[in-house]
This record gives sequence, structure tokens and C-alpha cells, in this order.
Amino acid sequence: MSAPFIWILIPFVVGFSTLFFLHKRFSPLIGGVVSTILALVALIFPIDTALLLGSVSIKISSSVEFFGRSFALNTADGPLIAIIYGLAALWFFGTEASGSANRFVSLGLMIVALLTASIAVQPFLFAALLLDMAAMLVIPLLVPLYQKPGRGVVRFLIYQTLAMPFILFSGWMLAGVEASPGDIGATLQAGTILGLGFAFLLGVFPLYNWIPMLMEEALPYATGFLLWALPTFTVIFALGFLDRYTWLRTSPQLSNAIQFAGVLMVASGGLFASQQKHIGRIMGYAAITETGLLVLAIGLKSTEIVNTTFLLLIPRGLELAVWALALSIIKRKAYSLRFSEVQGMARSYPVAVAALILANLSMTGFPLLAGFPPRLALWQELAGQSLVTSFWVFIGLLGLLIAAIRTLAVFVMAEENKAWEWNESWVQTTMLGLGMIGLFILGMFPQVLQPFIVNLPALFEHLGL
Amino acid sequence: MAINITSWIAVGLLLATSTVILINRDWRMSLGALALQYVAAFWLVTRHLPFVMGSAKLITGWMVVAALGMTRLGMSSAEGREEESLLPRGQWFRVALTCVVALVSAGATPRIEAVIPGLGLPVIAGSLLLIGAGLAHLGMTSDTLNAILGLLTLLTGFEILYAAIESSILVTGLLAVTNLGLGIAGSYLLLAGTLPVEMEDEA
Repeated sequence: MSAPFIWILIPFVVGFSTLFFLHKRFSPLIGGVVSTILALVALIFPIDTALLLGSVSIKISSSVEFFGRSFALNTADGPLIAIIYGLAALWFFGTEASGSANRFVSLGLMIVALLTASIAVQPFLFAALLLDMAAMLVIPLLVPLYQKPGRGVVRFLIYQTLAMPFILFSGWMLAGVEASPGDIGATLQAGTILGLGFAFLLGVFPLYNWIPMLMEEALPYATGFLLWALPTFTVIFALGFLDRYTWLRTSPQLSNAIQFAGVLMVASGGLFASQQKHIGRIMGYAAITETGLLVLAIGLKSTEIVNTTFLLLIPRGLELAVWALALSIIKRKAYSLRFSEVQGMARSYPVAVAALILANLSMTGFPLLAGFPPRLALWQELAGQSLVTSFWVFIGLLGLLIAAIRTLAVFVMAEENKAWEWNESWVQTTMLGLGMIGLFILGMFPQVLQPFIVNLPALFEHLGL
Repeated sequence: MAINITSWIAVGLLLATSTVILINRDWRMSLGALALQYVAAFWLVTRHLPFVMGSAKLITGWMVVAALGMTRLGMSSAEGREEESLLPRGQWFRVALTCVVALVSAGATPRIEAVIPGLGLPVIAGSLLLIGAGLAHLGMTSDTLNAILGLLTLLTGFEILYAAIESSILVTGLLAVTNLGLGIAGSYLLLAGTLPVEMEDEA
């Protein structure tokens, strides 16, 4: 059996089958269990290595040929696949609690399978096509059939589709640049086109306007999943580019440009978040800030790029899942998620409100929470390179902290004689509780991530050197 | 020689169809022009790709047109009219915009041919025209169907150029799936909000 068959075809087929043949009650369980099994298999069975179980020898081959090109997942991909499917399981188990539609798990599994294919496809450049296809599959998740699509969804589709031609074409140009590295004009053109492609994909300032729009008009849980899944794989794709092309890795101008884009995202995201009066839009801007931190990590002039990036990526999945779940629960009561609608809800939905605030604080980089260790690591690297950059990152994170404090103030602004209630169901309470515990564990004991992260630099053989 | 003339005729057809898509407000005309656009694009794509792979692109394009057409046909005219914009939207403005796109394409074509020799002037001209027209269309609309038409036009332009530099079957297949996905996503977005809630449950 081959690795692409296990981690691409199986989840895709399961997702497709649950979409058409399974009752919606069972889909969160099926999706969660399948993802957990796939994560455990990735952890236990090393790819391309023979394992002897009693008298039976098992070996998962690494690649499969498809239309003349190969899809390959190597030994080094194992921990990454385990992280991806582990986090996906978290999202799928949370579906029941969030009250999202039947399609979430089935389409979610298909999306994760396509995104995994984007890591596996050779040449890696073709990942742009798979990312675009995954973006199209997200559309039915964002817009239920009974709801008129807003402008955010259309903009999202346009931006993600525009990214693909830029990246494919830049890949072809980069090959030319590699052949004649002295050609400054071609280098500049290739770099610009590549930068535009990734700017569209990651939503670099000012191309992120669809994110707050979507948070306002679409289902928070589905949008949260989108904001976790697509940037995660885009970042891995971007690291692949840096690893593959020497001049991209060694160009100080490109590194500065990436850092500038990252700082702009962090600072603007944080400042805009502090001004919002809609808790969904605050989450959108927080996600933008988080993506900005990832961009900053990619632009580090250090050998710690891969470690810092993955240290940011893992807590991001948990933070967004907890935040999106809490928002979904609150949205069922307060439809618009404006401050005026959610005022005083801490007394009627205490667990959801606590989870939302903790997730927000974690994204701020609050001590003892999951977001703190990666921000500390990033800050340490940044401070050694540029104090101005560190200052603007501080401003961005301060903006998120202000947003968290404002949100908390609105939530507790209840009438004096209003009694405390517990309106979350036991499933919702359990999922949110586990999420909050997870945030504290990752914050207080970040070394639990070490077994997953330690071998990830092997994925990018040139970046960690 | 005859092939070259036919290629330039295809470029002319691309200019005409992209102008119709940009100017016209009737979805039937726009989709008809898109179907014709795929024929002209097919001819230019087959300058560099085998006939079978070009045909796959043509058939996919027509499937997209059929999907969008069938969806739009099932909607009332009021449901389809949702355009709102602060930008100038008059027909003459759009004609002027098409002229700008055509002029820019005409100016850039020989330069690109000089940088990447062997692509062929008609291929580059046709590709740039569609990319420019697609971008112009996307910049002028917030309507779902028009946005999808703009994206499809832009992608077709890119595919013509990319076919000249990448002949992988996998890429051709994935691009076809992307086009089809765009058509289906567009149909879904057109339908969303027009069906009663009960139908969502049945689906």
C-alpha cells in the first residue's frame, strides 16, 4: 500500500461517501475517527520503512505515479501528516457541538485530502492547482444553499483563483532564473510574480479584505476551518519554494520584502481588530495577524525558519478551532455577533465566552497559553534582526489584546440581577473544555510538541542549514 | 501560412467574444460568447499541445458553459439582476476599456515574443487579450455570474500561454478540473439563496 493512497485517496473517498450515503448524525464521528486513525498511522508506521509485526512485514511505499507525474510522501512527511490529520480530527469532532451542516465533515475530509496531495505532488509547483481546487470545495461550506452569497465569498474565490496562474507562471520563470542567475531583470520579474501569487493566497495586506467580510456573512465554524487549513498548507508550499530555489533563500531583498509584508499584516490586523464592534470580524483580523506572524517566520534570516514556523502552526489550529466553536455556539443565540447583540452573554454562555476570550488571549501571546511560546521564539529571532520590526509586531499584538479586553467587557456587561445560566450542551461544554485545557497545556508545556517538530526540518533539506 | 492566418482569425474571435462578454448585459449572449471563446482558445492551444489535450479543454469549457446556462435558465430574471457598482458602467466606457486592453496586448506581444521565443505571436496576443479582458471584467463587477465569467476568461488566457510552456497531462487535467470546479462553484453561488429552506434539507 502506498502513502498517497492512505492519506489522500482514502480520506477523499470517505469524504465523498459520507456526502452522499451517510446520515448526517454519524458524519462527525466518522470524520473524526478516520482522521484520528490516519494521524495515528502516520505517527506509528514510518513511510518507506519495513516493519515486522509478528510474522507479517508491513511497508508503506512512498510514491504513486499518476498521469506521468508522481505523488510522494516520504519518511519526513510522517509527523507533518500526523499533525494535519490530528488537527483535522479536532475540527471534525467539534462539528456536532458547533451545529454545522452535514456537509462540513465530508467536504472537510475532501479538502484535507486535496491539501495533503498538494504536499505530495511532484513537481511541487503543481500544488497551486490543488490549493485552488480545495478553495473551490470550501464554497459550499461557507454558503448554505438557503443563504444568498455575500461579496466576501465571491472575493475569496477570485483571489484564490488569481493566485494559481501567478504561481504556476513564476515557477516556470524561476527555472529560467536558476539557469542564468545573473539576469537581474528576469529575477525581479519572477520574484514579483511569485510574491503576487502568495499575496493572493495568504491574503497579504490589502488583499485580506475578504476575511472580515466572510466572518460577518458566513458560518463561523466553516470560515474558521478555512482560515486554518488554507494558510497552513500555503505556508508549507512557500517553504517548499524557499527550499527549492537557492536564490530565493539567499536573497536579502526578498527576505526584507517578506518581513515587510508580515509586519504590515500583523500591525494592520491587530490595529483593525482593536477597532471592531463585531466579534466575528475580530476573529478574522486575529487570523490575519496570525498569518502575518507566519509570513514573518518565513522571512527570518536564520536557520530556525522551519522550527519557528511549525511552532506557530500547531497552536494556531487549536486556537482557531476553539474560537470558531465558541463563536458558532454564541451565534446560534445572537445572530449578528455585533457587540450590541452579545452584551452580557457571559452569564448565559459562560463556557463559550471563557473559551472565546482564552483563544483570543492565546493569539495575543498571553503567558501560559498556547500562543505564548511560539511568539516568544519568533520575537527572540526578530529582536536580533530588527528592533523596528519587533516594535510593530508588539503594536499588532497589543491591538489584539485591546480587542480581547473590549470583548470581555461587552460579554460581562449584564444587568445586575441577571442570574448565571449554563446554556451550552454537554457536548459543547466537553469540546470547549478540552480545547481550553489544550491551550493551557501547549502554553505551559510546549515541549509536548517536540516529538512532532523535531524531525520536520528534514522536510526542507536546505532551510535548516 | 494558412495556419498562421487561422490563428490570427482566432485572436480576432477572442477579441470579439471578450468584448461581448464585457459589454453585454444579457447572460445568454455572454455564455454564447464564452462558448465561442473556447473554440478560438482551442485552436491556439493546439498550436503547442496535441489535439486530444486541446479537445479536453474545449469540452470542459463547454461543460462549464452548459452548467452555468442551465443554472441561470432555472432562475427568474429578477434573481439574476443584482449588479451594483459606483464605477462607470456605460457601454462606451466598456468599449474604451476593451480598446485599452487590446492596445496593451498589441504592445506587449512582440516584447514577450522577444523574451520567450517560439511561443508564436497569435498565441501571446490571444492570451494577453483574454487575461486583460478577464481582469477588466473582474474589476468592474460584483455580480456572481459576471465574476465567474471574468475568472473563466482570465483562466482561458492563462491556459493558452501555459500550454506553450507546460505540456504535462496532469496539469492539463488539473486545469480542466479547476475550470469545471469554477463553473460548478459559480452555479452553486447563483442558486444559493434562491431555493426554499426545505430543498436544502432534502439535498
